[in-house]
Amino acid sequence: MGETVIRVENLSKKYLLRHEQAGQYKTLRDAIVSGASSLKQRLSGQSVRAKREEFWALKDVSFEVKQGEVVGIIGRNGAGKSTLLKILSRITEPTAGRVSIRGRVASLLEVGTGFHPELTGRENIFLNGAILGMSRVEINRKFDEIVAFAEVEKFLDTPVKHYSSGMYVRLAFAVAAHLEPEILIIDEVLAVGDASFQKKCLGKMEEVGKDGRTVIFVSHQMDMIHALCDRCILLDKGSVMLSSYPEEVTEIYLNSSIIGSQARFKIEEDENLALQIISGKVLNSNNQNKDRFDVFEQIIIEIEYIVRKTRAGAIVNFELKRNATSLFFSFDTDCSPDLLHSRQEGAYISRVKLPCPLLKSGFYSLTLGTGVANVGKIQHLENILAFNVELISQPSSLLSYAETRPGLIAVPLTWKTQTRLKNSEVFV
Amino acid sequence: MENASPPEIIIEAGRTEAQYWRDLWRYRELFYFLAWRDILVRYKQTAIGVAWALIRPFLTMLVFSVVFGRLANLPSEGDAPYPILVFAALLPWQFFANALSECSISLIGNANLISKVYFPRLVVPTSAVIVSFVDFLISGIILLGLMAWYNFVPDWRIVLLPLFIAIAFAAAMGAGLWLAALNVQYRDFRYIVPFLVQFGLYVSPVGFSSSIVPQRWRLLYSLNPMVGVIDGFRWAILGNRSSLYWPGFCLSLLLVAALFFSGIWYFRRMERVFADVI
Repeated sequence: MGETVIRVENLSKKYLLRHEQAGQYKTLRDAIVSGASSLKQRLSGQSVRAKREEFWALKDVSFEVKQGEVVGIIGRNGAGKSTLLKILSRITEPTAGRVSIRGRVASLLEVGTGFHPELTGRENIFLNGAILGMSRVEINRKFDEIVAFAEVEKFLDTPVKHYSSGMYVRLAFAVAAHLEPEILIIDEVLAVGDASFQKKCLGKMEEVGKDGRTVIFVSHQMDMIHALCDRCILLDKGSVMLSSYPEEVTEIYLNSSIIGSQARFKIEEDENLALQIISGKVLNSNNQNKDRFDVFEQIIIEIEYIVRKTRAGAIVNFELKRNATSLFFSFDTDCSPDLLHSRQEGAYISRVKLPCPLLKSGFYSLTLGTGVANVGKIQHLENILAFNVELISQPSSLLSYAETRPGLIAVPLTWKTQTRLKNSEVFV
Repeated sequence: MENASPPEIIIEAGRTEAQYWRDLWRYRELFYFLAWRDILVRYKQTAIGVAWALIRPFLTMLVFSVVFGRLANLPSEGDAPYPILVFAALLPWQFFANALSECSISLIGNANLISKVYFPRLVVPTSAVIVSFVDFLISGIILLGLMAWYNFVPDWRIVLLPLFIAIAFAAAMGAGLWLAALNVQYRDFRYIVPFLVQFGLYVSPVGFSSSIVPQRWRLLYSLNPMVGVIDGFRWAILGNRSSLYWPGFCLSLLLVAALFFSGIWYFRRMERVFADVI
């Protein structure tokens, strides 16, 4: 471990969020109209501050990375991790502050950037390699190695649009894994592919670290941070909260009890809705509102709603999704058919316990809704509640609950095993 | 590559890196690869492939020769066959028009690259122009064919053709850079560009010789930079049958230079925010 190769000083990045009804693209007309109106306002002495909100994705971030260090960056969604990587890899410019980098940088913010579906695997290796900064000579030299790593020998001359998604990802990662920069910047791209391929990538990454190359990478997988990093930086709301040994940082991160904005919500009452959900929360067994749960912790959903008009067929429901994949729907009328018959006016609170343990580590979201059976929706609150499930209370070596295990749920099952006796029935 | 002490990169707000042009050189292979990709993709799953690069200009030339040369009976320059007169203009015009359209959408078309990988952004529009240049070279074959057909021998001036090609390149590049950068900010240019190209075909001397423009309007006419480029092409290809209107040509040349350098300037200025707005 030697000299400092990356020095970040007071780095800040501001985005202007536009609150416009039109989409994200500006049109010339908008520019002219808003230009004219701001001119008018300026002439008449009014404030020009339109509906623009400043958002600091990064605020006064400073740290140093020494040569050969492997640094992990963790933090919640929107903490500024990706923005930081984008600035370090020179994709976007900081608003203030300074970064000095010594050495050739390669960044991998997405797997398969620049892959073209119409081109063959062979053609894409060259194209992608060139985009990532490899020279043709370099790609030629590593070509066989890349192909072997990706295990796509047979399909080299097939357009990648015919590849399975697994093959596609393997090939894309293989190209990136063979980059040989002095500094490697990686966003959460290792979380792709099947488990055995992930293991292979992990091996490759360790190799990279051992070669004395500097690596900065973002991950949500604490196991990976532990396995690879020398140091870990925790970002929160655009600032460095902590920079220390990975074990220490990840523990603090997982135990941090900051309530995420998404673990509860309240919405304004609307007199026009016959049946309206007005608030919701995710709770643990002690009625604490939380957004992080252990795999073995009880999760309770609380929904508050108002019935303004007595009617039949009205329902309240929720849909549970894990990492955006729908797991199941549940209707409150399932366990009380009376409600379906008629729902009396008034304010109600419903609580529902999710089965436990059942949910694997991952990011969960709840979509709540109200409606009338066979008629239509009244309310649809897409992903309005969200929480994380993590394996904290048990060692991550407890593989039945590991995130990488195939399957969507993890249920404790009792296995009975005994020696098989000759000529006799087992398990009578 | 370089084993000597690696250069230090400084990232700061508003900094125009001194490294930029060196980086551009380091990424020189990317010009080739992006152009290669576009050419490969363009003719994938087509039955006659590259022949399209020949058929389109050939048919256009045929129509223009009949409409302007036969029906409208416009004069050629000297004794040059009308089809050659048309084609000498069609070559740079189609190059310019294709380059302009491809260039203006190149950044948006490569949005995923721009928001995920670093490389000097100038590579993208330049590659688009290179792709059109390859088409230009291919359709040049038609010109050779026409010359053989009409037994037409160009004189020494043909040697200067590369110079005029370079001017056409600069014109396409300059306008293309402006439009590419503007397109990232204002998607209106997606609609403006096709119109511009269509309009340009009529106001540029493609189907006719610019000598039919009244003398007192010629300087004004040369405000269209393509007038200078096309006249230059005709001057080089048709030999002494064609004469160049020098004041107009110099004006066009000046405009091309202004367009080219301001294009690079504007592109470089906007480049820093591409990833944030694209």
